[in-house]
Amino acid sequence: MFEIFGIPSQALFGQLLIGLINGSFYALLSLGLAVIFGMLNIINFTHGAQYMLGAFAAYLLLQLTGLGYWPALVIAPILVGLSGIVIERTMLQWLYKLDHLYGLLLTFGIALILEGVFRNYYGSSGQPYQLPPSLSGGQNLGFMFLPNYRAWVVVTSLVVCFGTWFVIEKTRLGANLRAATENPTLVRAFGINVPRMITLTYGFGVGLAALAGVMAAPIYNVSPQMGSDIIIVVFAVVVIGGMGSILGAILTGFGLGVIEGLTKVFFPEASNTVIFVIMAVVLLIRPAGLFGRTA
Amino acid sequence: MLERTASPLLAIENLQAWYGESHILHGMNLEVQAGEVVTLLGRNGAGKTTTLKSVMGIVPQRTGSVRLEGKELIKLTSDKIAKAGIAFCPEERGIFASLDVKENLFLPPELKPGGLSASRIFELFPNIKERLRSQGTKLSGGEQQMLAIGRILRTGARLLLLDEPTEGLAPVIIQQIGKTIQMLKSQGFTILLVEQNFRFASTVADRYYIMEHGKVVERFKNSELDAKLEKLHEYLGV
Ligand SMILES: Nc1ncnc2c1ncn2[C@@H]1O[C@H](COP(=O)(O)OP(=O)(O)OP(=O)(O)O)[C@@H](O)[C@H]1O
Ligand SMILES: [Mg+2]
Repeated sequence: MFEIFGIPSQALFGQLLIGLINGSFYALLSLGLAVIFGMLNIINFTHGAQYMLGAFAAYLLLQLTGLGYWPALVIAPILVGLSGIVIERTMLQWLYKLDHLYGLLLTFGIALILEGVFRNYYGSSGQPYQLPPSLSGGQNLGFMFLPNYRAWVVVTSLVVCFGTWFVIEKTRLGANLRAATENPTLVRAFGINVPRMITLTYGFGVGLAALAGVMAAPIYNVSPQMGSDIIIVVFAVVVIGGMGSILGAILTGFGLGVIEGLTKVFFPEASNTVIFVIMAVVLLIRPAGLFGRTA
Repeated sequence: MLERTASPLLAIENLQAWYGESHILHGMNLEVQAGEVVTLLGRNGAGKTTTLKSVMGIVPQRTGSVRLEGKELIKLTSDKIAKAGIAFCPEERGIFASLDVKENLFLPPELKPGGLSASRIFELFPNIKERLRSQGTKLSGGEQQMLAIGRILRTGARLLLLDEPTEGLAPVIIQQIGKTIQMLKSQGFTILLVEQNFRFASTVADRYYIMEHGKVVERFKNSELDAKLEKLHEYLGV
């Protein structure tokens, strides 16, 4: 045991780890929001509810079919992603040409409905979800104890986030997406089916939220309001990073998770508000966000 | 008036188009034979761009008939029209800032066989090859225009719609674009060209249409250009 700035190392690294875990979820969720906003021009307020749906999908898969964590990690994002595709085809697609406000209202309404339905059936108290046995236990690193599951969450989130970044920035498919974000009309006139690309992008962004939900299930409880709890912070993250920047969403997500964790160590009173304070400061200095382009 | 051949490659009949409430095209009639370069002239705001965009399906509110090799396109969306074999080079060039030059070049998918290879495009426009890693919009105006033309040559489309490819460019670059159009013609491409610069157009065009207020008001062959010069000045106000 040693101390850093008078703080025991266990406490410091423990909070740093919690910060990284939270940051992993912030990053996955704000990445999905950024991808969706880029292509659809819609601020997806259903995102938190879709994260909650991912966790509930994992929970229900276990209860109803006995399928555990690993199958759920694949099946839940696909199912929830498909539900997103249905929402896009039946509702969102009519709003693209209208003001942001309409998309925001619609997606917020859908979030309230989803949350209400789940609260009706499952109440507000959370349902526990077991850690996958293969990831229970942990490593003693000497200066701290690292639970395996938490390490898995951080690494998976990093891999998924940077994998998504790579596909968007470095591949042919990503070039199509970037081009369609910039000028969908011309991209379509080149023979590319842009509406289908938009639908799949929404499905993918929603799937990312659901993936985060499945990963969150063993750490937090599975509860109807888990989405609205985290999404408020995630929107602050998005505002700080700048809407529409992929790398900005990832870096800001992890960075703010860590800052929040460290604040818990050094100035616990501010740990719940530090992100919003940063948001206010960023809005004053750079209204378009740290990584955002001013229009 | 000109003789009509049995089946033009592109036949536009009574084409009308609207942007919201404003009625822009009032019954356009125009034909392009396979292998021809046809130039559409007209003053600013006459509806030249709208005509190309309506053919391409970019203007959603349109009626009348647009046929490619007899196939009706008027009800199709622009991606389907591209797949039918038409490619469009927009007036504002449409180079993507978030894509580098190479990504811009390879963005339009190959939809049919018979397009130019990338190496052939680099031969035509050597500047592009040297700047493949640059951001698309960092190129000079002339280079962007070459990129905008070059990228649609790969697609296999045999009918090219070029909207004022010489606008705002230096004489040497205009010459290079003129040579490219002649080369494309010799390779059997069909081109519908919109131009304000009819001196340039006269170096490449087989025939001309003049439009005013969303309609064709005059059509003639290149050989009639001299005889029509005075009228042309009147129509174009130059
Ligand atoms: N998106 C739009 N919405 C509404 N009106 C438009 C739009 N685009 C063009 N117009 C109007 O349609 C008319 C024809 O425009 P168009 O761009 O087809 O002309 P043009 O012949 O290509 O002119 P230019 O030589 O300036 O390019 C103009 O009056 C223009 O103001
Ligand atoms: Mg024009």
